[in-house]
Amino acid sequence: MFEIVILTLDSTVRLSTPLLLACLAGLYSERSGVVDIGLEGKMLGAAFGAGAVAYLTGNAWIGLLAGMAVSIGLSLIHGFASITNRGNQIVSGVAINFLAAGLTALLGQTWFRQGGRTPSLPEGGRFRDIILPYAEELRDVPVIGGLYSELLSGHNILVYAAFLAVPLTWWVLFRTRFGLRLRAVGENPAAVDTAGISVTWLRYRAVIACGALCGVAGAYLSIAQSSGFIKDMTAGKGFIALAALIFAKWKPANAMFACLLFGFLDAVAIRMQGQKLPGIGEIPVQFFQALPYILTVILLAGFIGKAIPPKAAGIPYLKERS
Amino acid sequence: MSAGQLPRWVDYGLIPFLNLAAAFLVSGLVVVLIGENPLDAVQLLVWGSVGYGEGIGFTLFYATNFIFTGLAVAVAFHAGLFNIGGEGQAYIGGLGVAFACLALDQIVPWYITLPFAIIGSSLMGAAWAFIPAWLQATRGSHVVITTIMFNFIASSLMVYLLNNALKKPGSMQPETRTFEAGGRLPFLNDIFPSFGFGYAPVNLSLFVALAACVLVWVLIWRTKLGFEIRSFGANATAAVYAGISPVRTIVITMLISGGLAGMMAINEIMGSQHRLLIDFVTGYGFVGIAVALMGRAHPVGIVLASILFGMLYQGGAELSFEMPNITRDMIIVIQGLVILFAGALEHMFRPAIVKLFTPSRALAAKEA
Repeated sequence: MFEIVILTLDSTVRLSTPLLLACLAGLYSERSGVVDIGLEGKMLGAAFGAGAVAYLTGNAWIGLLAGMAVSIGLSLIHGFASITNRGNQIVSGVAINFLAAGLTALLGQTWFRQGGRTPSLPEGGRFRDIILPYAEELRDVPVIGGLYSELLSGHNILVYAAFLAVPLTWWVLFRTRFGLRLRAVGENPAAVDTAGISVTWLRYRAVIACGALCGVAGAYLSIAQSSGFIKDMTAGKGFIALAALIFAKWKPANAMFACLLFGFLDAVAIRMQGQKLPGIGEIPVQFFQALPYILTVILLAGFIGKAIPPKAAGIPYLKERS
Repeated sequence: MSAGQLPRWVDYGLIPFLNLAAAFLVSGLVVVLIGENPLDAVQLLVWGSVGYGEGIGFTLFYATNFIFTGLAVAVAFHAGLFNIGGEGQAYIGGLGVAFACLALDQIVPWYITLPFAIIGSSLMGAAWAFIPAWLQATRGSHVVITTIMFNFIASSLMVYLLNNALKKPGSMQPETRTFEAGGRLPFLNDIFPSFGFGYAPVNLSLFVALAACVLVWVLIWRTKLGFEIRSFGANATAAVYAGISPVRTIVITMLISGGLAGMMAINEIMGSQHRLLIDFVTGYGFVGIAVALMGRAHPVGIVLASILFGMLYQGGAELSFEMPNITRDMIIVIQGLVILFAGALEHMFRPAIVKLFTPSRALAAKEA
């Protein structure tokens, strides 16, 4: 039983990681007042970029950078539309999701001719699992062995990076001048503008940060969790991350717990497939798949606390009226 | 720079045209990137979509889907609401069509089944929009987010229902049994053989869609409810002050919107597939956003935009057949670019054009 729990938690960590990275990405963007439903597309674009470049260079780090570059590029399109041109942020996000879905499949087929997937990565093209010190020696120690050697050790570097990004994001947003301004621009951009700080440049920095983190999330999917890009491999993870962001009420630590919860649901769904629970019978796997969304709707309805978005989220800032 | 400074033909003609041109220009660059000739691609695309009877038939078939989802988004737009859940509402709408067809197809002819399919699909679509609408109206949960969530919930629900409750006994495929003649709408090719639509699945629901366009126009511009919807969309505070109930307006608008999205299933399920199956919506709901934006939320504009997107769908399919390098994913790219340039970047060319038109008008004012 203990072993099953540890194994489930272990896959929870693996499944939560991309959600967490994308969720923190959305946190930067939405805290600055730019709503981002294009997380999904950016992750997908990054996964493709990372998969393709890691295959060509055989270097996972260059792949990661390529993934981040693709994602930041898409972020800048979103920024150009929603900050510079004051376009509708939802529409821009939808466009980015379409673009990423289409371009990754199209270019993947043109360049690699494997039905939209990238070829399997060579040695060195993929982030390997890191065995923490003494993990092998402690493996057989009861409880500690399970916790340390199975749960904590044996993940790739991006997993640790994702969980380190949580306190880092908290520190940036709540303990630095940049963070204070970023949060201010999401609540009351006019006040920030009056203080002589550029709303535009602040929001651009926020969407760039969002792109960078989304890029890591996408790279995780294609060059860490699996060995290569597969068409539509994000499969709605960007939207789950968005749900987690709302569920977390736009706070970094909450975001981690929300993503762990949604990752846990996913892990349980995989484990429960085809198994019968005593007294309840078989719970359909679709129920677990829908649960994150159902929980988010219930939260949004105000039945589990209240999720209040940044006040200026989704509203383009107009410096002066003529 | 307010909108009033530009002549109407610029606002409704030139600017959308420039936006579209930019989208197609970038699409052309993508084609170049793949190593094909974009002019040849355009030629193939146009010929494939309107060059022969069967192509036109397919174009109109896809356009029918887009009219329904485009109208759905447009009606919500008028109330200042963003219904991004057309995808899920259409999917659940399929249940309504399937129930009507499965119950009646062996007893009555199609023209008796059709009204029940219309009622069923619009009721189911509306029901799926109800919870997001009600939450937006009474608890302030943002309808964009809740409708996205409901898209995914719909997807899980339908996979479950089709795999467990609705599956044909003894079959491995997650789909219902095929409908008999009473659950199939006649193809237009059978009614008007002279048009030569061939094997194109364009069917009678095209006329249902056009009727829906007229009804939406009457509703929005010729009824009290439509006035309330538009007032609420233009200025919610003023509308409430004038005695318009926000809860009632939001809920009713979203129900109409969801109902229209749900009716898309008539075309796919009763008109073409003749059975309920997984993932029959495949993006039509999202493209409805682009259609409504390009059509400026007006039924006439929506019909035109739907035909354009129908051409992209059909022409793109033809294109991928003729130029194997350009897969069907190219259509998704073009759609993305159209949504980007015609929707999110819709104001990009405006400042330049305003500048272009202002001096001449100032001059004219001086002379007068």
